[in-house]
Amino acid sequence: MPAVQETVERVRRIDVDQYRYGFETQIESDKAPKGLSEDTVRFISAKKNEPAWMLEWRLEAYRRWLTMTEPTWARVDYPKIDYQDIYYYAAPKPKKTLSSIDEIDPEILKTYEKLGIPLREVAILEGVEPPPGGPPSANRKIAVDAVFDSVSVATTFQKELKAAGVIFMPISEAIREHPELVQKYLGTVVPTSDNYFATLNSAVFSDGSFVYVPPGVRCPMELSTYFRINERNTGQFERTLIIADKGSYVSYLEGCTAPQRDENQLHAAVVELVTLDDAEIKYSTVQNWYPGNSEGKGGIYNFVTKRGDCRGKNSKISWTQVETGSAITWKYPSCILRGDNSSGEFYSIAISNGFQQVDSGTKMIHLGKNTSSRIISKGIAAGKSQNTYRGLVSAHRKATGARNYTACDSLLIGDKCGAHTVPYVEAKNSSATFEHEATTSKISEDVLFYCIQRGLSQEEAVGLVVNGFVKDVLQQLPMEFAVEAQKLISISLEGSVG
Amino acid sequence: MSLLEVKDLQVRVEEREILHGLSLTVNPGEVHAIMGPNGSGKSTLSHVIAGKPGYEVTGGQILFRGEDLLEMEPNERAAKGVFLAFQYPVEIPGVTTWNFLHAALNAQRKARGEDEISSPAFLKKVREVAKSLNIPQDMLKRGVNVGFSGGEKKRNEILQMALFEPAVCILDEMDSGLDIDALRIAADGVNALRSPERAMVVITHYQRLLNYIVPDFVHVMSKGRVVKSGGKELALELEESGYAQFEDAA
Ligand SMILES: Nc1ncnc2c1ncn2[C@@H]1O[C@H](COP(=O)(O)OP(=O)(O)O)[C@@H](O)[C@H]1O
Ligand SMILES: [Mg+2]
Repeated sequence: MPAVQETVERVRRIDVDQYRYGFETQIESDKAPKGLSEDTVRFISAKKNEPAWMLEWRLEAYRRWLTMTEPTWARVDYPKIDYQDIYYYAAPKPKKTLSSIDEIDPEILKTYEKLGIPLREVAILEGVEPPPGGPPSANRKIAVDAVFDSVSVATTFQKELKAAGVIFMPISEAIREHPELVQKYLGTVVPTSDNYFATLNSAVFSDGSFVYVPPGVRCPMELSTYFRINERNTGQFERTLIIADKGSYVSYLEGCTAPQRDENQLHAAVVELVTLDDAEIKYSTVQNWYPGNSEGKGGIYNFVTKRGDCRGKNSKISWTQVETGSAITWKYPSCILRGDNSSGEFYSIAISNGFQQVDSGTKMIHLGKNTSSRIISKGIAAGKSQNTYRGLVSAHRKATGARNYTACDSLLIGDKCGAHTVPYVEAKNSSATFEHEATTSKISEDVLFYCIQRGLSQEEAVGLVVNGFVKDVLQQLPMEFAVEAQKLISISLEGSVG
Repeated sequence: MSLLEVKDLQVRVEEREILHGLSLTVNPGEVHAIMGPNGSGKSTLSHVIAGKPGYEVTGGQILFRGEDLLEMEPNERAAKGVFLAFQYPVEIPGVTTWNFLHAALNAQRKARGEDEISSPAFLKKVREVAKSLNIPQDMLKRGVNVGFSGGEKKRNEILQMALFEPAVCILDEMDSGLDIDALRIAADGVNALRSPERAMVVITHYQRLLNYIVPDFVHVMSKGRVVKSGGKELALELEESGYAQFEDAA
């Protein structure tokens, strides 16, 4: 069998067996009644002990959502979602205020341990040998917020962060403890009316992370949130809000997994980032929601709105994403470059396999003067999947000197998959310089044979070539994540590993 | 027992027979040259020995230390010590030469049941080997063959040969695309790897290369067969009279 053909055969078999995170945790949970109504919204708000303004905000979003229709412009295809057949809230029982990690349900702790996520406050040692000429390894700390179904179950390193003035807590807590900050920023980047899924999220979001970095502070550690959907028929609607005040810096990581289910589960998150003058946010995602089995059954519908607002001058927002999971991905982390001299970056690796459908990309909206943006997108399609890059780069009339560089590369494995590039460009002033490059390639027989002649197996050869293809983006990830992402990429594509 | 024995090998590509019963016996320490005009089947032979997909063996056999080579996966053959230096080495963007060599060497070691070699130990080894072949260190940091000159690509093949220490090296048109200086450097590298245990099969169209890598045996191929075998003087003979005389014999 020709090498590529064989790879295709192997890749085709990728399914649940390869998904290492597909286990289910047996715990009791506290759920809202199935379906969506004003009562559901009130139920969630009450569960969270929210102030009246928050409930009003939600209700307004809910009423608006009722008037909206689901978008259909993306290159994805799925049966109609029955919004009355979903649980909008599920929380592990018993629900009491926890004062330390040791009070968390041991089953949940075990879950995170299995996922390789440290909830105990230990410094992560980089057990990775640096490449020649690479940076020396160092002990680093990562603060983790763990969100299990609809609630945050633990946030680590709270004390150390507090000493630095950094607020990192579940958003449900922030609504109660820092209402002035939440009210000032929530919904200012992604308004409640933004789009169908964002509006739904505004009505029913249950938890997520809140970060505030005060002026001049460089956050002393990486912050990260791990999302885990556990309950059946449950949607996850998390909401994340990160504010980097003047001259501050924070690096934030997000990871996601879910059990294997035959039914599709909805994940409709909203992430809002705000950078004020001279501030920077680096936001990295490794998305590994359950993709469905080899027949295309089950998997997460990942309909997410992520947007950053470079509100201050010289500020910077950088999105890095590694998308390997989900049955359907509909996701366009974007930057509004409002402040003069602000810059936005989008680095993306999107892998689709089996029957996965990915429609992802970014929007760079240049509003301020001398703003710049950079888009590096690597799409890898295998199996019978469809992988679309959709991007918009626009320069407002006043955005003189706007610059963008876009490079979209697609790699195809086999001939039953598809890669598509849909770039939109709008320049409303003549001083904007936009560059766009796009390539589509296949892994060639000759390259595979070369590797195999040197002793590598078929799977190792594919993994190597793919890792080379995505290297520019992997380098953007923090070290621990890069190693994890590299493994994940191999697992998603190699077929015989694991 | 011979190291490599090709017996009456018949090979088809897309329903067309390319090799019509080819035989070749190679013992440890020997250097064999295979000469022949374009299209005579030299690369086909090297590919079938290495296990490249797309060729159908319809008759004959290939034994490696008495084992049936055709039954083995190509990476298994590599681990056992079969090395093919490609006429056109491919480029692998984003994969550093260093990483590639490390992964390949460990894959071979694993297949042989040996321990994997750690990064620092590997780095030391590959640096030594590169130095012994006069290969600049910065080549190791660059993407595999990406932006390499013709000469650098060939030297990278020789570096791998030195690193993997194979039992039999097949060099397909090592001289193609090299100027005389690059050719000399590459040939020096190959000569440095000659040893009483190792055999080489040097495939070439031109006699020129054989001035630098002096073979023990020369085989002339034409139209998918070996039509004449002899000592190194056969190459010189060919240089004078050309391949035309053998066309009829085939
Ligand atoms: N993949 C292929 N498909 C069709 N014909 C091929 C293929 N590879 C080689 N051939 C044919 O086989 C014959 C021998 O080719 P090759 O082994 O490359 O010869 P050489 O290396 O001696 O120049 C030629 O006629 C060539 O056209
Ligand atoms: Mg040839």
